[in-house]
Amino acid sequence: MSEALLVIRDLCAWYGPSQALHGIDLEVRSGEIVTLLGRNGAGKSTLLKCVMGIVSQRTGSIRLAGRDLLGLAPHEVGRAGVGYCPDDRGIYASLSVRENLLLPPVVAGGGMSEAELMALFPNLKARAKSAGTQLSGGEQQMLAIARILRTGARLLLLDEPTEGLAPVLVERIGEVLVDLRRRGYTIVLVEQNVHFAAELADRHYLIESGRVAGCFDSAALAADFNRVAARLGV
Amino acid sequence: MNEIFGMPLSVIAGQTLLGLVNGCFYAVLSLGLAVIFGLLRIVNFAHGAFFMAGAFGAWMLHRYLGVGYWVALVVVPVLVGAVGAGFERSLLRKLRGLDPIYGLLLTFGLVLVLEGGFRLLFGSSGQPYPVPESLRGSVQLGFMILPIYRAWVIAAALSCCLLSWWLIERTPLGAKLRAATEKTVLTQSFGINVPLLLTLTYGVGIALAAFAGVLAAPILHVNPAMGSNLVIVVFAIVVIGGMGSMFGSIVTALVIGVVEGWTRVFYSEASSTVIFVLMALVLLLRPKGLFGREGPA
Repeated sequence: MSEALLVIRDLCAWYGPSQALHGIDLEVRSGEIVTLLGRNGAGKSTLLKCVMGIVSQRTGSIRLAGRDLLGLAPHEVGRAGVGYCPDDRGIYASLSVRENLLLPPVVAGGGMSEAELMALFPNLKARAKSAGTQLSGGEQQMLAIARILRTGARLLLLDEPTEGLAPVLVERIGEVLVDLRRRGYTIVLVEQNVHFAAELADRHYLIESGRVAGCFDSAALAADFNRVAARLGV
Repeated sequence: MNEIFGMPLSVIAGQTLLGLVNGCFYAVLSLGLAVIFGLLRIVNFAHGAFFMAGAFGAWMLHRYLGVGYWVALVVVPVLVGAVGAGFERSLLRKLRGLDPIYGLLLTFGLVLVLEGGFRLLFGSSGQPYPVPESLRGSVQLGFMILPIYRAWVIAAALSCCLLSWWLIERTPLGAKLRAATEKTVLTQSFGINVPLLLTLTYGVGIALAAFAGVLAAPILHVNPAMGSNLVIVVFAIVVIGGMGSMFGSIVTALVIGVVEGWTRVFYSEASSTVIFVLMALVLLLRPKGLFGREGPA
């Protein structure tokens, strides 16, 4: 078992006066895919935003390979080697597809080259000059993932990458994620689609009302699938 | 044909030229205003004051240090731009996230300080600034006389606009700027130092204003109020062109300059009002401005 890359301890977070996270403990080991399962509003997206420093009212500790992220300015988290793909995909309308792809600065060696990315996501090549938001939903999602693979970030935080996509595209995203794990990336995935998550990920955290309500490896999730699915409301 | 609507062609051509020259000043100023508003969400009232400071900078360099026009054209924008960046870093930044009215008030306060300061030091009557030797004289075009300095102003201002446009629309740095304008928080999370980008943008916007100020020094009288006279018109131009639209601001600025010139020929009483009539019409018919983009501004 490889060592923990991301360690979160007793993380609390607030939006103004209302508390969204209540003491989250979570670990992600290098090279694994971990999903955060939970209902809408459970705090999954907030958790990712806390790691990125986008939600700044937070206490506890977030460590990336031993380095404390809580004290960093928002732009330093990305530079520390975390790639983030927001739930709205965050594609820029005022940038071309290629500019979107090249926007995030390279923060470490070992990122994928533009050519490799174009091979992995062939649709993007043909549309390189279009405005980012002229792409279809699926293409936008591919672009949102592709652009954080270039930077050399080894930890990817993906917020519902399959949301609103046709089944064939969900499948394609799944293949890409498996391919990325093979290449050594570590992935934290927020997911509502428990079937998709169960097939793909190594471990799963069940988040309820801003707390960790359970942690399963894939075998445990499979054994307990119906009970977990019931708690997710699917 | 020597007349249009009873006006001699030479008069119309002359006013067109004058309008174009004014339009060029408007363009360089509104370009900076539009970029600053787009990224910082600051209605930078101090833009005219920095324009004035640019003209005074050139005048002071010439008067006290004997430094000529060409050096001033480079040095003054850099210096004034640095002052602007310092102002953003020390004061303007503290207002980030508050209602834009606070930024407007602070920059308006800065106008009063700058104008008052220059008035105290140099009085309110204008100071003359010589046209550089290499740009003196004029060319006879047949239908009109073209002073070389005015032709130079038009060429320099348009090149400056074109360069800015290229920088913002065609380079990686410009892509960062556009990205930060559109989604500030996300852009920051990618590891782009947005606060630094804000300071740079403000500094460069101010440097553009100072550049226009140096260009204007030999044409307009260098005086503390020269910026205020211009900045209201420039605001109207940014509104007509569409808040945050750079291309719109440049085109609108040139058109407004010429329209102003023509109005001066045919109905001079309206020449200072026509812009605001146009602004009211545009706001009624196209509230986002002529070139404003739909969606999140």
